[in-house]
Amino acid sequence: MKIVDLTVIPADDRTAVAAIAAEAQVNFKDCYQCGKCSAGCPMVQGMDLMPREVIRYLQLGKVQEVLNSKTPWVCAQCGVCTARCPQNVDICATMRAVRHAAKDAGITPVREADVFEDEFIKNVRAHGRSNEQYLAMKYNLRSGHLMQDVDSAPAMFARGMIGIATHNIDSRDEVSALIDRVLQNNGAAKEAPKGGDAS
Amino acid sequence: MTTYSYFPGCSANSTGISYTKSADFVCKKIGIELEEIPEWCCCGTSAAKLTSYDLGYALPSRSLALAEKLDASRPIVAPCAGCYAALKDALVYAQASKENLEHVRDMINMPYEASVQVMNLLEVFSTQEAKDALQQQITKPLSAFKVACYYGCALVRPVEVCKFDDPEDPQSMDTIMRLAGAEPIDWSFKTECCGAAQQMAVPKPSRVLIERIFQNAEANGANAIVTACPLCWMNLDMRVKAINKERAEAGKPAFDLPVFFFTELLGVALGGDAKTLGIDVHFQPGAPAFIDQKVKESAQIEEERKLAAAEEARKLEERAAKLAAKKQAKAEDVHSPQGGEQ
Amino acid sequence: MSRIGVFICYCGSNIAGTVDVEKVAEVARTLPNVVHAETNKYTCSDPGQAGVKAAIEKYNIDRVVMGTCSPRMHELTWRKLLADTPVNPYMLEVANLREQCSWVHKDKEVGTAKAIDLIKMAVAKVDKLSPLKSTQIPVTKRALVVGGGIAGMQAALDIADAGYQVTVVERETSLGGKMVMLDKTFPTMDCSACICTPKMSEVGSHPNITVKSYAEVESVEGYVGNFDVTIREKAKYIDYNLCTGCGACTTKCPTKVINNFEQGMSARPAIYKMFAQAVPAKPVIDAEHCRKIQENKCGACAKICPTGAIHYDDEDKVTTERYGAIVLTTGYQLIDWKPLYPEYGGGKYPDVITGLQFERLVNASGPTEGHILRPSDGKEPKNVVIIKCVGSRDPHKGVAYCSRACCMYGAKHAHQFLDKVPDGRCFVFYMDVRTPGKGYDEFYMNTLQDGAQYLRGRVSKIYKEGDRLVCLGEDTLTSAQIRIEADMVVLETAMVPAEGVDKLGSMLGVTRDKDLWLTEAHAKLRPVETNTAGVFLAGVAQGPKDIPDTVCQAGAAASKVIGLLNHDHLESNPQISRVNEALCQGDGACVNICPYHAITLVQKQFRENSQKITRTVASVNPGLCQGCGACTVTCRAGAMDLLGYTNESLMREVDALCQW
Repeated sequence: MKIVDLTVIPADDRTAVAAIAAEAQVNFKDCYQCGKCSAGCPMVQGMDLMPREVIRYLQLGKVQEVLNSKTPWVCAQCGVCTARCPQNVDICATMRAVRHAAKDAGITPVREADVFEDEFIKNVRAHGRSNEQYLAMKYNLRSGHLMQDVDSAPAMFARGMIGIATHNIDSRDEVSALIDRVLQNNGAAKEAPKGGDAS
Repeated sequence: MTTYSYFPGCSANSTGISYTKSADFVCKKIGIELEEIPEWCCCGTSAAKLTSYDLGYALPSRSLALAEKLDASRPIVAPCAGCYAALKDALVYAQASKENLEHVRDMINMPYEASVQVMNLLEVFSTQEAKDALQQQITKPLSAFKVACYYGCALVRPVEVCKFDDPEDPQSMDTIMRLAGAEPIDWSFKTECCGAAQQMAVPKPSRVLIERIFQNAEANGANAIVTACPLCWMNLDMRVKAINKERAEAGKPAFDLPVFFFTELLGVALGGDAKTLGIDVHFQPGAPAFIDQKVKESAQIEEERKLAAAEEARKLEERAAKLAAKKQAKAEDVHSPQGGEQ
Repeated sequence: MSRIGVFICYCGSNIAGTVDVEKVAEVARTLPNVVHAETNKYTCSDPGQAGVKAAIEKYNIDRVVMGTCSPRMHELTWRKLLADTPVNPYMLEVANLREQCSWVHKDKEVGTAKAIDLIKMAVAKVDKLSPLKSTQIPVTKRALVVGGGIAGMQAALDIADAGYQVTVVERETSLGGKMVMLDKTFPTMDCSACICTPKMSEVGSHPNITVKSYAEVESVEGYVGNFDVTIREKAKYIDYNLCTGCGACTTKCPTKVINNFEQGMSARPAIYKMFAQAVPAKPVIDAEHCRKIQENKCGACAKICPTGAIHYDDEDKVTTERYGAIVLTTGYQLIDWKPLYPEYGGGKYPDVITGLQFERLVNASGPTEGHILRPSDGKEPKNVVIIKCVGSRDPHKGVAYCSRACCMYGAKHAHQFLDKVPDGRCFVFYMDVRTPGKGYDEFYMNTLQDGAQYLRGRVSKIYKEGDRLVCLGEDTLTSAQIRIEADMVVLETAMVPAEGVDKLGSMLGVTRDKDLWLTEAHAKLRPVETNTAGVFLAGVAQGPKDIPDTVCQAGAAASKVIGLLNHDHLESNPQISRVNEALCQGDGACVNICPYHAITLVQKQFRENSQKITRTVASVNPGLCQGCGACTVTCRAGAMDLLGYTNESLMREVDALCQW
């Protein structure tokens, strides 16, 4: 157990919390810690902080705890927390924003999640579409989980679900250019404003 | 004949082949034409959005713009729930403000008005036109099927993006299954996540999600699970084997529930065979046999129902005849001089 | 030449904190016709008021500007003060230097400049005022209480005991309201029926009280002291003069209707008494479900009735009577949680029940005769989950406010369950435990000792597996996801205003707050009054509260009514509209806009150019006019003037702001 002095939160941490709040378009003060998000979260068994605790640390300005937490990386983005929150706090968007902030800070608490995401985008960049068998293969190689789901591969192969051939589209250069352009501008576009109408 | 712009999604010709085959079969049967959007690209799914919000909007917007070019007056149909969610999310984003639309145009570097409607396959089959056509074409009612309709997350959440069906207890798939003669069971995990997106990266905690879906479907009396998403389908149908192995080690009984696409079952009701519909390539090998068995049982049930209905009609007739006879007798009684108490 | 006195208040530091009070007084002294200006630390205090009186005498002041707090707070205080001096109480203008100036500014310079402007305007206005005199209106010494729950019954008894006639209008077929449905009352655990039914019977038999059950207020006209109220008593199809209440009829009725009193957990016949101890202790026929009335079949009840009291051709009875005062005690209903919480099953699981259903289950006269049995299969539940704040404190799905009684209500249910099912287990999910009442926290602590397991967190989902209801929650104190397989779940749902209160409120000019509760005139100082003179509030109609608070408020409302009915006459507000008949065109625009129906058109004779002519002009009924001023802005000819706010005085006020 530890003693926390809340009067000495570094200014940088406060700024980081504000940036996460702005990206997720969430006011963390709205949360009254009822725990309904964590009560219904299907992924808690892989988490080191309850989703509620992620919000709590952000309320306290303790951003390091959140950036180093596995929770946002284990989150399946199913959105059930946000849908049921009595205070309309978008927990799901907060998890995404924390992941972005952590990655920017060079922290990837669940390396596999980062690798999967990375290989997925590479796959799309190369072919224009996602080729499941190559994605799985490359992911297994990079993550070190060499045998994961391999027992299903022969079945898929035999049933014609996967093959040697890749699915490419003719305009895959356009897609790769698009991905490069967007990522170079390092997009942190805001969440789409909710309920906004075209004006 | 209604034509939609078709966004097949990356799994259409791989793990989701059964969905593609069965959807094709059913659509042809009831007069729905799907025209593939030329040069569509991956929707990015949640991985793109987790990498960067901008990428999460840009990838699906490119395909939306291509669909506009193909025919702006037609809605897009995306059978995969993940694709549907990504496309609709990008559409809602672009429609929210002029600035957002401008930003998307800059990113994709294409003309784009955010004007096409995005639909999932359940929505397509929920239109009155499709329902009428289905009703007419059904030759083999699925009377022996007790199905747990599993919708997953992406069709209903975020609520303000999808605005499609109730986020906790949706009904559209249930209605379609009922139309095909099946009995959709009332259960509680219709929209609980199956964890498909995290099965690779964090497999251990994600397995629980699959297990509790099977658990609840079975506890509420289902004999099959029905999905509308190739990721959900693969996740459930492929991984139940490993889960059953673990359960066996823990001394628990195995789950015995085949997982189908709703289009596969519709296809069966419309007279399609397992091979045409792609049921022969399921991970759980018992699927085609299950279909054969249940189709037989269904026919039997239908036969019994017919007999019962005929018997009911006969009884009614009999009763009516008796009543008429009684009335007749009474009338004669009144007229006869001995009758009454005058 | 008028002689104006200006009195500026420090209000401690409330005004002086952001307004340089001395500087304002200094400027005031330079304004036209101001003969004296002074400041005071607390003008409303006894020495403060004495100072004002002394100055009035010393400087021979004939009109007064008070630079103080809002007139809503102290205008009446100043009027009373002036009544003791030679100055007419209506030769007064209050400049609101607190709520509209010092409290909204931070910068003292800005605050001072605005205060000076406000004083200038008030001085210009008061210069143009004329003395006003009240008239007398008679008071009808009879009160109407709308609602026959515990609040209405208490108010009616208190008023009746003071010697005044009271009519109680109750929408249901019996008195008792929600309290009579309860089994026991916290924190003393006395039986609700034991303390509620004697009151019902006292109300029913009090010589000064008339009970109109199965009745609703249809319309209200008139004003304080003289409300003409039309009441519709629904047809009961039973002659209460003949009926002995033997109940034989109710045993013969073949129809089964869902019993709302038992919260839908049992059935009742179409001819029924709401519950055994109902007052009036006689049945009514529910016409909608009666086979005789609907299809002209059956008629079993009339056949068995020994006194011939049943009349299938009975009709609604509509009467209009005059009352001096009205008390609204319309209470509440529970929020319809089913469409709001599909994650709790949305009503499809019969064993997920509300707190009120639990009250009936645990009640000896309820559908299970006090045995806690679950509705689905009649089995005794062993694991019970209680969830608080369902609908309350949930702005996304329900209401934002706290319903105040549920923390105690939930603790009581836990206690009762553990008492009746000793081998049972009870889990209470809560966000906070709020027990600010005498003996309340002790009660809660005792419930913990009884073995109730409190878990801090909201439940996310209730689902069915087998015959168990699985509740998923979090214990936020240990950060653990909690899964409880319950046999029954009790939802402590939010209180919301009773249906139809909006209609009643608008009939009486009583506003509703953002949550649609009826609004009191002042949250602290006039908690049982409304903004309509002569109309009072008590109980949950004003906002969620428990029984002790409801009874207190009912007594308070009654004392206000008694105070009012004690007068033979009331002083009318002289600040009402006046017609300048010379300018009036008789077009009736004012008649149409007047919300109080106080203006009529009359034929009047005038002399013009030494000739007698007849013209149509408007005429204001001083008893009905509330001084709202709508007519003055509607009149194109400018013939309508509001006394105390005359067009001229208001124009001078504007001039003062714009020209000086």
